[in-house]
Amino acid sequence: MSHLEIQQINKSFGVNTVLNDVTFSVEEAEFVALLGPSGSGKSTLFRIIGGISQPSSGSVNLNGENINGKRGSISYTPQTSSLMPWRTILDNVLLGQEITGNRDVEKALQMIERAGLKGFEQSYPHELSGGMQQRASFIRSILSPQSLILLDEPFSALDEFTRLDMQKWLLSIWSEYKRSILFVTHNIEEAIFLADRIIVLSSRPATVKKEFTIPFARPRDEAILLSDSFLQWKKRIYQEMREQ
Amino acid sequence: MRKLFQKGWRPALVLILLFIIWETCTNIFDIQKWLLPAPSQIIAEAISGWAVYSGHLASTIKLIIFGFSIGSSIGVVVAIGLHLVPILRQAFYPLLIISQNIPTIVLAPLLVIWFGFGMLPKIIVITLVCFFPITIALLDGFRQTNRDLMHYMQMAGATKKQIFWKLEFPHALPSLFSGLKISATYSVMGAVISEWLGASKGIGVYMTLASSSFRTDRVFVAIFLIVILSLLFFSLIVGLEKRLIKWKPKEEGANESS
Ligand SMILES: Nc1ncnc2c1ncn2[C@@H]1O[C@H](COP(=O)(O)OP(=O)(O)OP(=O)(O)O)[C@@H](O)[C@H]1O
Ligand SMILES: [Mg+2]
Repeated sequence: MSHLEIQQINKSFGVNTVLNDVTFSVEEAEFVALLGPSGSGKSTLFRIIGGISQPSSGSVNLNGENINGKRGSISYTPQTSSLMPWRTILDNVLLGQEITGNRDVEKALQMIERAGLKGFEQSYPHELSGGMQQRASFIRSILSPQSLILLDEPFSALDEFTRLDMQKWLLSIWSEYKRSILFVTHNIEEAIFLADRIIVLSSRPATVKKEFTIPFARPRDEAILLSDSFLQWKKRIYQEMREQ
Repeated sequence: MRKLFQKGWRPALVLILLFIIWETCTNIFDIQKWLLPAPSQIIAEAISGWAVYSGHLASTIKLIIFGFSIGSSIGVVVAIGLHLVPILRQAFYPLLIISQNIPTIVLAPLLVIWFGFGMLPKIIVITLVCFFPITIALLDGFRQTNRDLMHYMQMAGATKKQIFWKLEFPHALPSLFSGLKISATYSVMGAVISEWLGASKGIGVYMTLASSSFRTDRVFVAIFLIVILSLLFFSLIVGLEKRLIKWKPKEEGANESS
């Protein structure tokens, strides 16, 4: 039943306005990418949606219910690797469930296997590569009970090849579990390849500059990355981002 | 074991060299035994005098274990209390720092006046020297909790209790151990000082008796015993740390943040 509505969110730190009248929505089981230059306030927006920071004005609604300042309604994966170094991969993946009450070890083991992390259940995060760690954090989100997942630049630290693999993996898991995803990135290609809809934020103070609905059919194949229409989209969005 | 040998042979060699120089100097310059005994004489005394000091040693070890356990428990409790109640922290943190400028040894006579010569004032002295490094290290560890992880926990709807036990406490565990390591050595020193105040048994007593009767070789035996005890307690803590904190990268210098 996830349906997120961001209504006229403003946020300033002192005299410094970061978010200015940000309004958009995420439909149920939709994959929305939030595209904006560095420092535009994407992480700040996530903190507001997650309820750990209050907007100066405006409201965040989930399923019609106001969740301003209310925690625990979304599942969040921070920008940096966010696994707890003292927990094994299995325990890390179960953390989201642990907070809300019940651990489902069986399912967690299944998911770990699907993520190609079989054999690493009892390893500690530092024994895994960056890509593997990100996969584990994402499994943690999928296993958490919340229906809306916020991903803050999960792949920004990965190289081009790993990144593409991870994107394909993310799409396959998402199509199976059908959660709503709000995905922050400043990589245009990544946004087009992954999302149903792209929301372009301006640089500071951030407002919603434009929304694009991406028409590529699912399941998406990496071949579309080289197609003409993909390049056309890339051009359009790039121009949109360049104009100030 | 082989690693220990590889790392340890250089300092060991220096020590052995030092003892040889010391030995030859006492021989060449014919230094009196009551002024500076030769290492060989000290070792001889350490072996033949076992019956004399073993009782003292046992008593000191008991004191250290008691004092250290109580002191570090108080340190941990104080740190957790100050961390969980910010008002207390603001009120007490500066006082805590200031209190450390009072040398424990000047408090000792007061403690004797108030509590006599029994076990209690000694435990208090050890507690005083022990708890501070632990409290400060643990508070530091709590404060440096990773912000991203904190945000994750909060957004996931974790309660304050969950945040503490699942994030802050395990995160601060390495800091706690660096505090414990300092306190372990301090507690040996604290024990000896408190025994100087007046006791019937203990390495501190053995040392005072030895020095007042010019048994300098015994003073040295006492010093070596203290050093060995410190090292022993220190390595005990290091061993415990290795067992409890398995999640640190093995190689030195490798960062766990990626
Ligand atoms: N707690 C705070 N106090 C003051 N200013 C803040 C605070 N948090 C964020 N800001 C400011 O808000 C702006 C946006 O920060 P934010 O981290 O949301 O950007 P971002 O879009 O996520 O950037 P990036 O893509 O680099 O991660 C920054 O200029 C930062 O200085
Ligand atoms: Mg950010």
